[in-house]
Amino acid sequence: MTALKTTTAKTTRPRTRSKKTGRQSSDRIAYLYLLPAFVVFGVFLLYPLLHGFWISLYRWDGLTQATWVGFGNYVDAFNNGSLGSSFEHSAILILFYAVIPICLALFLTAVMGRASKLKHLSFFRVVLFLPQVVASVVVATTWTAIYAPNGVLNSFLGDIGLGSITRPWLGDFTWALPAVGLIGTWVEIGLCLVLFLAGVSQIPAELYEAARIDGAGAVREFFSVTLPGLRSQIAVAMTLTVVAGLRTFDLIYVATRGGPGESTTVPAFEVYHYAFDLNQVGSACAIGILLTLVILVVTVLINRIDPGESR
Amino acid sequence: MKRLLKVSGRRAGVAAIALAMATVAACAPGGGGGGGNTATKAPSAISTDPAKAGKITLTVWDQNSTGGANTATEQLNKEFQQKYPNIKINRVSRTFNDLKTTLKLALSGKNPPDVVQANQGYPDMGAFVKAGLLAPLNSYAKVYGWDKDYPSQLLNLNKFSANGQDWQSGNLYGVSQTGEIVGVYYNKNLLKKAGLSVPKTFGEFESDLPKIKAKGMLPIQFGDSDKSPAIHIFGVVQAQTEGKAKVRQLVTSTGNASWTDQGTTKAAQTISNWAKKGYLPGGANGLSGDEASANFAKGQGVFRIDGTWRLAELEQAMGNNVGFFNPPPTTAGQQTVTEGGVGLAWAVTSKTKHADAAAAYINFITNAKARDVLAQTGNLPALSAPGYTPKAGTLNADIFTAWQQISQHDGLLPYLDYTTPTFYDTITSNMQQMIGGKLSPAGALKALQADYSAFKKTK
Repeated sequence: MTALKTTTAKTTRPRTRSKKTGRQSSDRIAYLYLLPAFVVFGVFLLYPLLHGFWISLYRWDGLTQATWVGFGNYVDAFNNGSLGSSFEHSAILILFYAVIPICLALFLTAVMGRASKLKHLSFFRVVLFLPQVVASVVVATTWTAIYAPNGVLNSFLGDIGLGSITRPWLGDFTWALPAVGLIGTWVEIGLCLVLFLAGVSQIPAELYEAARIDGAGAVREFFSVTLPGLRSQIAVAMTLTVVAGLRTFDLIYVATRGGPGESTTVPAFEVYHYAFDLNQVGSACAIGILLTLVILVVTVLINRIDPGESR
Repeated sequence: MKRLLKVSGRRAGVAAIALAMATVAACAPGGGGGGGNTATKAPSAISTDPAKAGKITLTVWDQNSTGGANTATEQLNKEFQQKYPNIKINRVSRTFNDLKTTLKLALSGKNPPDVVQANQGYPDMGAFVKAGLLAPLNSYAKVYGWDKDYPSQLLNLNKFSANGQDWQSGNLYGVSQTGEIVGVYYNKNLLKKAGLSVPKTFGEFESDLPKIKAKGMLPIQFGDSDKSPAIHIFGVVQAQTEGKAKVRQLVTSTGNASWTDQGTTKAAQTISNWAKKGYLPGGANGLSGDEASANFAKGQGVFRIDGTWRLAELEQAMGNNVGFFNPPPTTAGQQTVTEGGVGLAWAVTSKTKHADAAAAYINFITNAKARDVLAQTGNLPALSAPGYTPKAGTLNADIFTAWQQISQHDGLLPYLDYTTPTFYDTITSNMQQMIGGKLSPAGALKALQADYSAFKKTK
């Protein structure tokens, strides 16, 4: 939290100062141009968000008169161990949704970048992007069948002589969460790869030439040219994938419903669960607000990677 | 996106706080729901002839969105409108989950439907009653004779105290069309192959399991990754080991029974043993109820403990090779008991302007003629269908007989997840852990008891 405060202060201060030197009237007109966007944002995002925050201050079953509890729901949420573990599960999911896909996509980009000419790239882009397009319920249902005790994965493992490690993947207390996470990896890797390939094509060819003349090998070239050149794409990919990981709901809802036991519960699933199954709308809103705050903080931190931001 | 986040930081924060304070000061959420007619009307003031209701529209929300239930509803609605051309039925049909998530909003709005299907138990019907959203039907029950036609154990499932606190007593808030019980499906060929016949006692059923296993077959097909099947298998065993009186006390929070009592403990140990000894499939926690049912239909598993809602699916897949029996009693010849209930209750909303017509509609879709329609379209009516006899030797016939045995002889035990508003979570999660070998039977029951006693304190 403190880190966040100082960083915003550092970057906003010079910007406001430079604005002050301009004429005040043009500033006002500028705000007028922003108005339509702000109205849309206010009506469809800000108002529901604040309304949710307002409800989170009450104990409410969704039907009868609510009772004011102030930040009681938040205190309960912090003292609720199973809710805490749902946030931990989210942290593990980020590994699978963001870290692994980005690393893999970077590696693939580096390898593909060595190819002098990529034919039919637009076709492969579509194929890679496909997991993003398929409805997530379809994805989850398909993967549930793959992970089933008699599913494709287990029969494949049995066929190659690894019968000893077969297990009901989504019903295993240790493996259910990684198994769900790997679905996320599968979904997100195409997105990352498409972003990075687009980014690489924007890196000036002279930089690569220069690196080669200087005698850089493939590894050196990757770390000195490709990786720095992809900073803004990495920031975008990280933002999208981390947020996707934090707000996972559909995969969990379809594949495990938080089970076995409570080993795959995530905050977004808990929001639904508290609101619709337990009739605790106030608590549900409190969890939703907490999740929003976490996403906000993480997004701001990730944006520090973007070269456009530190300039 | 990025820019907006940063620039707006402080200013939006101030605005947000100001706005939040303003709205918080305004009023608390909720409270607009009630205000309908929650008083009981005198039976003499009720008009039972919808033809005299004038030209009106009844908006009806049901969950009979698929299969035979949908066919029956369509047919009954058509017949009702033919008989009473002055009434138009505006049917809104949703799946169970959709209904569960949207009904609350619809009921608390200014223009709720006239008739809705409400799920039994505290989180749904109890909450609606507490908020004054449903009309008590006591007088209608007298006028239409529901109080005489239905065995009291079936009516009680749709009763609540007026404050929504006590279930199974007080006002009647709905009438159900159908019944359902959890029993044992069996694969006739495989049972014969194992050299066994339908067990007469629960002890015999238990001793059949190792014999089946020894023949290299799976004794009980089971999967609970979707959680609710764990309630059903536990409920069936607990019904035998703990007996109906105590289980009813537990689920309705009356009396001094505890979830750690001897009979319930024995039920938990039994299921834990079944899992350990491989009488249940090894990966049960990773298999959904639907998948397990499909596996059973494919001939994997001799027995399958599941509800009568699988009737159509299993009959279609297995034909005459599948049968159904009630969980056998502890001693031969005793009355059978099992977990089950009635279909979602058809209820009248408190704000409807056409309460009499709405009640007449409910009577129309639950009377003897309607039950014939329900039975003919593959449903299990809550009361007998006088004009319908299932074909002997079919699964359908087995299930009709089993339901009669249970419903007419006080053998029905409520679903265990009705115990407290949070019990569904507690029992399914702990049963999964127990079946997966992560938690001892005693540990699982201790968690159930903790949830139970916390709820009892709030009453």
